[in-house]
Amino acid sequence: MSDNWPLIRTAGTDGFLVSFGDSLSETANRAALAFRGALEAVNWEEVEECSTSLVSTYVRFDPLAVDHAALEEKLVALLQTCDWYDAALPKGRRLWRVPTVFGGTAGPQLDEAAKAAGMTTAEAIASISNTRVRVQTIGFAPGMPYLGQLPAAWDIPRQTELTAKVPAAGLCVAIRQLVLFPVSAPTGWRHIGQTALKLFRPDTNEPFLLRPGDEVRFHSVSTEELAGFKGDPNGGASCEVLP
Amino acid sequence: MSRSLIVHRAGPGVTVQDLGRAGYLAFGLSRGGAADQLAIYEGAALLGQSETLAVLELAGMGGEFEASEDMRIALTGGRMRAQIDGEKVAWNASHRLVKGQRLSIGASEAGCYGYLHIGGGIATPEVLGARSGHQAAGIGTPLVSGQRMEIGEDARGETGMTLAPDARFNGGTVRIVKSLQTDFFAPTEIARFEASEFRRDTRGNRMGVRVLPDGQGFISDAGLSVLSEVIVPGDIQITGDGTPFVLLCECQTTGGYPRIGSVLPADLPKVAQAQPGTSLRFSFVSLAQAVDIERREKARRSALRSKVEPLIRDPRFIPDLLSYQLVGGMTAGDEFEKDKT
Repeated sequence: MSDNWPLIRTAGTDGFLVSFGDSLSETANRAALAFRGALEAVNWEEVEECSTSLVSTYVRFDPLAVDHAALEEKLVALLQTCDWYDAALPKGRRLWRVPTVFGGTAGPQLDEAAKAAGMTTAEAIASISNTRVRVQTIGFAPGMPYLGQLPAAWDIPRQTELTAKVPAAGLCVAIRQLVLFPVSAPTGWRHIGQTALKLFRPDTNEPFLLRPGDEVRFHSVSTEELAGFKGDPNGGASCEVLP
Repeated sequence: MSRSLIVHRAGPGVTVQDLGRAGYLAFGLSRGGAADQLAIYEGAALLGQSETLAVLELAGMGGEFEASEDMRIALTGGRMRAQIDGEKVAWNASHRLVKGQRLSIGASEAGCYGYLHIGGGIATPEVLGARSGHQAAGIGTPLVSGQRMEIGEDARGETGMTLAPDARFNGGTVRIVKSLQTDFFAPTEIARFEASEFRRDTRGNRMGVRVLPDGQGFISDAGLSVLSEVIVPGDIQITGDGTPFVLLCECQTTGGYPRIGSVLPADLPKVAQAQPGTSLRFSFVSLAQAVDIERREKARRSALRSKVEPLIRDPRFIPDLLSYQLVGGMTAGDEFEKDKT
């Protein structure tokens, strides 16, 4: 751990945020996921809910049941039990293989994104589909994953102008990350592909398809193949539990 | 469906709400629930039932409702004009709605969100452990004409009770705490923020409301390169043009705009209920003070039940007033005319 990190700050009146860095890195994301796993395992009574952002673990608690100083002390003590940047990721994570149509009308900004990353379109598809990315966080909208980290060439900025509409389950890229949209939305990310995943299913027992820490590979399929997965809420994706 | 509320007409923002759906932040789903949670407790106190029961939230405009059988109702939150079969009934009070009677609720007269509570609660199916509609997540939809809402069994019978209305509908000073990104703003910007007067903008919904400062917008030292971080309801994010946006119950779970502070949960109803144009100020309190305020607010909410008192009937609201013998020896008033004819 460096001098400044991890950093504990309050979030509102009833929360703490434990941050493992101020920029996205593989190790900081791993640390945040692992620390949340540890918090779930100790299951402190005064803690009401935990979540992770890209590099932080959030803890919501009842400040009327425990004062801030006492909980902060417990968080510091738990932080000191191991090197979170090198900690094992939580158990039960899964690997998803997701059929994806890249480019064309299914991904109208693929060529532009490839160019920004200094690749041909074919190289871009190969680069993305050969990278196993992790769900670094789920946020913004229900079930919406932020996946990373792509090779350094993909450190391309978000657009200043919004893409008016990315359809549900659309795949977008920027800043070495991929995102998938649970519902159709405008975005500053570039739309490069289409999957058939149903990311949020509020009426089922498994309302969220992906969990933080899950890993994903997007492999290229034809438009016809993807159309065949339309009735499948998993969009033709296979899933295996990681050891 | 035996016991139901028939919706004859509904404003565009009438939704089922409760205390929200906790436990899904990790999956990007904010808690949601009533924009003015205090109103939920007030209605529960008026009807003597649990605050976990679902209610109807009326955003700006009510609707017309009919009970399939005798029911008890309570009206709380921002005041609206309410009538039962054409006779005005008191806000912040409980009433009997007899089978077949029409309850008609008009536009907001104070605040932005009124609440209609029914004895037994709205009994729509739960989604992920709660009944509250969450528009951003696509859970639940606003009510439409012709809809029937299932109502739970009501174990109690008393009506005609009232609670003194709480002063949260006219803006004023809102207490805030420093939060994780307050330090992204220079002390001079923070001081200017605290000294500014804001007006609630017309842009606002259950996700958040924009507030316009009387002077220039606010600038963070971190610029726009802030890594997306956890958002909690009450956070005041400063958008790209320097305008603050106070995030409410249905906010997104993470965001990239820096946040200058966070409104205390106890004061969030005041922000949610501020109508466009209403003046608001923000005042920092220490974390210890904030916890103390929350403790008092919790105690106040649990004491609401003991504050409920019988509604003293305002003569204006007595439908058959003229049938009462108010003063002896009065003439009918039309004798003179009668004599002439």
